[in-house]
Amino acid sequence: MPKKRSSLHDQSRPALVLMAPAGLLIFVFIIAPFLLSLGLSFTNQRLVPNPNLPTSFQGFSNYLRLFGNAEFWQSFRNTFTFALLVVPLQSALALGAAMLVNSRLPARNVFRGIFFLPTVLTMVVVVVIWSNLFQINGFFNAVIQAVTFGAHPGFDWLANPALAMPSIVLVSVWQGFGFQMVIYLAGLQGINPELYEAARVDGASRWQEFWAVTMPGLRNTHIFVVVTTTILALKLFAQVDLLTKGGPLGSTQTVVRLIYETGFRKGQVGVAAALSVVFFLVVLAISVGQRVFLKEDREVA
Amino acid sequence: MITRSERLVILTLALVVVLTVLAPLALMVATSLKGDENRILLDIGSLAAFWVNPLEAEWTNYAQVLASQTQPFLRFLFNSVFVVGWIVVVGIFVNSAAAFALSRLRFRGRNLVLAVVVALIIIPMEALAIPLLLMVNRVGWLDTYQAQIVPFIAHPFSIFLFYQFFAKLPKDIDEAAYVEGATPAQVYWKIALPLSGPVIATVAILQSLEYWNAYLWPLMVTRGPEVRPVSLALAQFFGTPPPTWGDLMAFSVMMSLPILVLYLAFQRWFIQSVVASAVK
Repeated sequence: MPKKRSSLHDQSRPALVLMAPAGLLIFVFIIAPFLLSLGLSFTNQRLVPNPNLPTSFQGFSNYLRLFGNAEFWQSFRNTFTFALLVVPLQSALALGAAMLVNSRLPARNVFRGIFFLPTVLTMVVVVVIWSNLFQINGFFNAVIQAVTFGAHPGFDWLANPALAMPSIVLVSVWQGFGFQMVIYLAGLQGINPELYEAARVDGASRWQEFWAVTMPGLRNTHIFVVVTTTILALKLFAQVDLLTKGGPLGSTQTVVRLIYETGFRKGQVGVAAALSVVFFLVVLAISVGQRVFLKEDREVA
Repeated sequence: MITRSERLVILTLALVVVLTVLAPLALMVATSLKGDENRILLDIGSLAAFWVNPLEAEWTNYAQVLASQTQPFLRFLFNSVFVVGWIVVVGIFVNSAAAFALSRLRFRGRNLVLAVVVALIIIPMEALAIPLLLMVNRVGWLDTYQAQIVPFIAHPFSIFLFYQFFAKLPKDIDEAAYVEGATPAQVYWKIALPLSGPVIATVAILQSLEYWNAYLWPLMVTRGPEVRPVSLALAQFFGTPPPTWGDLMAFSVMMSLPILVLYLAFQRWFIQSVVASAVK
């Protein structure tokens, strides 16, 4: 009897059948390229094989080449600069918008719907629109001329090494904040309303209420939003490729764009693979950081 | 409660955000309806750029984009819909089947497989792009639909979302079916999958947005207009100076229209999908 039971309960055969399609695809298109990336990073593999120069093992030379390359460090610096600007700006705007929608606003669903709208637009469309605003004779410069009464002609936003990255930040924040707003909104609705009542009974001002109830109540939401936004920021590619091509003077070159240029444009797959490995390790470190933070919180709670 | 002045501040702030969101969209629509490119360049640095007199609105830019021989807009649009459609539809079956096995069936190594799937969520596509390109190149898939579809059907995060949903279903649902002699595949197909409407919507929306927005991958694997997705076609059009703003904006409006209509029709679902993607 117990024998029959166990055979009845072991469902490994149907499980295998049901998992086979996903398993096979994941193996071929995620695990294999991942391992391949690791393996290729130690070779001088090229995209178009050169019959006179067969691929060979190169040890750590790709990594050493990267670490000695100024462009590598610049792309990481730029990517982190972008993340450091985008994450606080976008999170703050998202939280502000979420609080507005969560307050006693008339027609709040309409507002929420409009705030979220840019996130469903393709980045390419967003770039087309914003590049019009950034034109030398475009709207932003017209505003600058108007407020300075013509004393300042404005800027060549995307061709100025100091302004190109902030311009890309602006485009990205505009397109993306609705996503985090929705997550913050869910977080705000998860805060116990009695806490607000208690704060009010204690005579807390709106400002004190925000710091004593809202912010602590959103702790996990903050961690989630900051981590996901950071990872998204590290993947920065489309906006830069479309608006500045990494320029001017490499001031907007990003890690992913360097992977693309090295592996696809120059065909140096080995070097690009090494860069991909480094990129993955950075993303991994941030994800693990999130787990650790969230776990600590659960233990406290 | 909330005072009158507070309400006024809230409303004002909300309207400022609305204006910030809608003004660029107004610029897009207004520019697309100005048939005369000189008019557009004249308006570009002023408030007139955000507005078009309805009586003067012209559809010539739209006609031009649709009539272009070198930029077959409808073909591009079809390519995008085709690619995203295949990824999403096949993905729903493939990913839910795997999730069903992981959440409702008993077998050795289940937790290990689950841990691997969750770990794979972290790997960004960008880190796999170059080796994947090498593989796709080797098998002659450059410039094909399958290069844009097949690698993205299995989606660890979608499996995880399905897993969470199936794991919460009450035990008696499938136990009753097994007592009546149903096989696990039947339970998946006839009971679990029909129940999973909400997750299917979430997964479909998140994957659609992800692949409708794909840029890096199609940039590397598509060359000609035959299989190129619409967003990349716009990127290429935009990258050919000097910009003809009227046509660019008409192109942008037309390619955004399908997704905007879907968004307005299923707004609640879009927003719920985002929330679902964040709850762990």
